[in-house]
Amino acid sequence: MQEVRETTAMKPPVTRIGVLGWVRTNLFSSVFNSFLTVVIIYFLWKIVPGLIRWAFIDSSWTTTGAECRAAGGACWSVVTKNLRFIIFGFFPYEWQWRPLLAMIILFTLLIVSRNRSYWKKWLGYSWLIGLFVMGLLLRGGLFGLPPVESTKWSGLPLTLLLSVFGLTAAYPLGVLLALGRQSRMPAIKSLSVVYIETIRGVPLISLLFMSSVMFPLFLPEGITINNILRAQVAIIMFTAAYIAEVVRGGLQAISRGQYEAAESLGLNYPQKMRLIILPQALKIVIPPSVGILISAFKDTSLVVIIGLFDLLKTTQSTLSDPRWMGFSVEAYIFIALIYFTGCFSMSSYSRRLERELYRGN
Amino acid sequence: MPPPGGTYEKIFAFGSSGLLSQSLTVAQEGTDSPEITASAKIPFWYDPNKRAIIYQVVVLGMVGLVAYYLFTNTLANLERQNIATGFGFFSKQASFEISESPIPYSAADTYARALLVGVLNTIKVSFIGIVVTVLLGTFIGIARLSSNWLVAKLSAVYIEVMQDIPVLLQLVFWYAVFYESFPPPRQALGPIRGVYLSNRGMVFAVPQMHPVYGYMALVFVVGCLAVWVLRRWAKKRQEKTGQSFPLFLVSLAILLLLPLATWLVGGAPLKMNVPRLVGFNFEGGTTLSPEFAALLLGLVLYTAAFVAEIVRAGIQAVSRGQVEAAMSLGLRPGKVLRLVILPQALRVIIPPLTSQMLNLIKNSTLAIAIGFPDFVSVANTTINQTGQAIEGVGMIMVVYLFFSLSTSAVMNWYNKKVALVER
Repeated sequence: MQEVRETTAMKPPVTRIGVLGWVRTNLFSSVFNSFLTVVIIYFLWKIVPGLIRWAFIDSSWTTTGAECRAAGGACWSVVTKNLRFIIFGFFPYEWQWRPLLAMIILFTLLIVSRNRSYWKKWLGYSWLIGLFVMGLLLRGGLFGLPPVESTKWSGLPLTLLLSVFGLTAAYPLGVLLALGRQSRMPAIKSLSVVYIETIRGVPLISLLFMSSVMFPLFLPEGITINNILRAQVAIIMFTAAYIAEVVRGGLQAISRGQYEAAESLGLNYPQKMRLIILPQALKIVIPPSVGILISAFKDTSLVVIIGLFDLLKTTQSTLSDPRWMGFSVEAYIFIALIYFTGCFSMSSYSRRLERELYRGN
Repeated sequence: MPPPGGTYEKIFAFGSSGLLSQSLTVAQEGTDSPEITASAKIPFWYDPNKRAIIYQVVVLGMVGLVAYYLFTNTLANLERQNIATGFGFFSKQASFEISESPIPYSAADTYARALLVGVLNTIKVSFIGIVVTVLLGTFIGIARLSSNWLVAKLSAVYIEVMQDIPVLLQLVFWYAVFYESFPPPRQALGPIRGVYLSNRGMVFAVPQMHPVYGYMALVFVVGCLAVWVLRRWAKKRQEKTGQSFPLFLVSLAILLLLPLATWLVGGAPLKMNVPRLVGFNFEGGTTLSPEFAALLLGLVLYTAAFVAEIVRAGIQAVSRGQVEAAMSLGLRPGKVLRLVILPQALRVIIPPLTSQMLNLIKNSTLAIAIGFPDFVSVANTTINQTGQAIEGVGMIMVVYLFFSLSTSAVMNWYNKKVALVER
């Protein structure tokens, strides 16, 4: 008769699995790592509780500035009490729903455009209509909306306007410059190269200065263009040079065979570019273009320096109010959060897109 | 089909101007195949070369017309507004103060000197900024790849957060921290002995001037020369005999011990220039103004995040097989890093690193937002006082183009050097 021996499966040692195992492999895998972990935990222990205390426990959320000073913690009231000014700036108070609606349209369009299966003709048309409606909402003057002067445009809508319209207008220009740089005609090629390299070599601020102090000299007497348009022109000129370089990368990535095949089909230059090369090249450069949108979004904060009231400037003018003086850190953290949310969602989208497109090839 | 008559050489000779080479080939083909006799039969607007010339003439003409239009407008405007042209203002008295300057400057000096102060300030902040950024960025980039979960995650969070906040916002944030959150000098924070943080900036102790330091610098330079000679000798010897020389350790010893020995021989001066509170401010030591400190901190923290990503990508670009192969050849870890990983990683790292350095230089122009007197800030004051906007903006562009071009020239030279190591 055979003896039935019961065997139990031996479990791996507790130190190798579960929480303990994870801690061991990820935090204490060697002497040096253990030392690092201990040092970091010590510093976090020193810093984080105080920070949480400052930001949440001792903080005031809806008080006046004086009460804030008494409370001692973070003063988020500077944001909550001035939120509408920080976001919309000098836009007439009763009409602030208009920029709000414009921003909602923009965000809806952006969210819809995330999905690649919607990239059809209708999306392009809805962007065109959307941009038009947004401009109309800000500007007014039609359909019973009272006009609002562009000097009153400020805050977040201005930031978004400068970056979105800047990129939209700069893209065609950038593509032309990239084609010019690839051109075999020496005059056109050298013009494009000089333009691209000059713009990329100088800081954006010098272009903004140029737009604010030199444009008035360029125009004939009596013609003035408003500040926002001038800054917009500078941003478009600047962004176009960077787009040109990105697009050039895309053009160079298309194999020679594609060019030759298009030529042997008897297509002329515009047909070849429009039907064969650009559709492929522009698809490759979508992820880096999102990167350019991110930097355009961040760079628009520079218009502060030529005196436009973008998000940063409205915040700064809130802070110059004696009642709210001294709470810069809280206010800046708030707008940093806005910028971070925008840039982070765009950059993570760009990474996802890169993976998808890479897989597609 | 090889064109007869050695046309390849001709094409090659005229290769730099694409048009010429094309017309040559066309002409050659004409003689090659008699049925297409000449371009005479083809109307000129169907000839791509002639069309190209027409296009270029049209484009150049348009650019010229626009330039002419702007130029005449500008002249008319300048005349109407009575604005002087040219750089005559250089020798006039600037009559504005500059808060900090590496060279002696007062309001009685000329515009040229004021602008020079601006250039020097820009160079100072860019140079220190680039050095610190590269060190910090490399450190964070390596930390990002650490096997320690906490270290890797903290660096990842740092990189993501810093990249996604505009650098201008970071500058004004740090400036606000200095200005609002730090106490006045009398209650200055003293995290380490000899270092004080207050709303007047950061004050720290420096060694008291002593002639020995000058000799130490001299000895250090001599040491650098000695190391360079030693390197060549060691390389030659290794090529000849295969014996390697502990170059790194010996160079380190030369560079550290020689100045140290000089210091000891010179009587080991230890006296420090320690900042002391006199009245409402500190005296002695060296002060970093809040503007400079905020600018440097903002630029470094922002750019280091990008450098970290570049370093990480560069290290990851070296395949594991390379490391394993090097180890199986019997190289020690230090040599694996120095001889195998680094040369290959640097090849990937250098070009994007260069563009980040250029970004740092260009972003240093944001100093104007927090009142640090860099070149743009001084030039802006000059423009406002003289009204000569065109010269001012032109100068800004030329100066930064020069900075950009010289930095890329140096980095390209280095890149070539690094690239040569691989073969």
